[in-house]
Amino acid sequence: MTAAEWLRRNAGEIADLTAWHLWLSILPLLIGLLVALPLGRLAHRSRRLYPMLVALAGLVYTVPSLALFILLPKLLGTRILDPVNVVIALSVYTTALLVRVVADGLAAVPADVIQSAHAMGYRSHQRLIRIELPIAVPVIAAGLRVAAVSNVSIVSMAALLGVPQLGSLFTQGFQLHFFTPIVTGVVLSLVIALVLDGLILLAGHSLTPWQPRRSAR
Amino acid sequence: MSTSITGWLTDPVNWSGPDGIPAQTLAHLELSGMALTIALVIGVPVGLLIGHTGRGAFLVGGLANALRALPTLGVLMIAVLLITPHIASDLAFTIPSLIVLVLLAVPPILTNTYAGVFAVDAAAVDAARGMGWRGRDILLRVQLPCALPLILSGIRAAALQIIATATVAAYVSLGGLGRFLIDGLAQSDYAQMAGGAILVAALALAVELLLLGLARLLVSPGLTRRVSRRTSPPAVPASATATATAQ
Repeated sequence: MTAAEWLRRNAGEIADLTAWHLWLSILPLLIGLLVALPLGRLAHRSRRLYPMLVALAGLVYTVPSLALFILLPKLLGTRILDPVNVVIALSVYTTALLVRVVADGLAAVPADVIQSAHAMGYRSHQRLIRIELPIAVPVIAAGLRVAAVSNVSIVSMAALLGVPQLGSLFTQGFQLHFFTPIVTGVVLSLVIALVLDGLILLAGHSLTPWQPRRSAR
Repeated sequence: MSTSITGWLTDPVNWSGPDGIPAQTLAHLELSGMALTIALVIGVPVGLLIGHTGRGAFLVGGLANALRALPTLGVLMIAVLLITPHIASDLAFTIPSLIVLVLLAVPPILTNTYAGVFAVDAAAVDAARGMGWRGRDILLRVQLPCALPLILSGIRAAALQIIATATVAAYVSLGGLGRFLIDGLAQSDYAQMAGGAILVAALALAVELLLLGLARLLVSPGLTRRVSRRTSPPAVPASATATATAQ
């Protein structure tokens, strides 16, 4: 079978796997961000919690993803094939990565800005949402980009356990000794990583219109 | 089949022979060690050079990001399919695995080495130059020791990546702790899979602690940055650490 023929015949399945891959990469990113925001704020406010949370995050990060995919079913009572394991594992990684980023982003807010907000009558919660978080956006967005790109790459590992996403094309192609599915999977997941990265970059820029437009780091 | 995870982990049968836990741990460490060595030989000198001369910095950032997005599993399989027809021995699986692991490990080592050298306090470099030191002396005796904390954290990240990913080599029929995951899956023996997963996690943790200890030994006590960073309010990465040291 030629590459073009294989692509034509499997277009539907490839689209499904791409959708799964997107879903499995994006959902953990959102969950991770939602969990990391309060945790990061906590770490930022407490000198004692900061080193503890950062150390814990580092510890979580040492657990290899494949090992986590396998151990989660035992802890959660899910089946090993269940995509939920992947979502939870990646949410945990994303949170671990972003807790420090959020804390450091909040720490980068200049003290006089906080004082001015205080003087203008902002309460601590209002100040966080309307002053501190917006100013921390560039740092948080940079962390999110790293998390997004590595999520897209880690998701494909779950193919070894049979969870459907673009990595499934790798195992299929490998078993058939056929390059086309593998190359298709690699290219599509690179494209997804690139698109997600670009979207976060754009979102970061549009949330911080006061920032000078420098080339992205 | 029906054994528990602890049952599998404590069964003496699994602790002996060429397919036992000690042998597979050794195989895992061997492959990981080889990959890390190659990555160090490539990443550290190039990182030092770029940091020292300031040339090619834009390359580092772009390359590191692009490589992070590469799905390891797919690249490994492509490499195996390309190389197996040409080599008959086990090397047909070892070489692709090494290539993939090195590709993963070079970026964190290279970027951290570069960033570490680049962020060294300009006053320290100027002082050394004022004392009449030349390029290589400055690099090896001022910039390298000052950058060491960051370089070592890059090496730690690389080592963890390698250990996690070396697991996958089992899928292309190499040894290592991944064997238990892959074989356990094939035999629907969850205890073996989970036991293997725990062993991989434990190995990663042990290496992390070892490298942290090593960093404590190697980094000059005069560089109190690591200590002060923990006790003082956190600073933002790269740019802010540079200003913090300059103050």
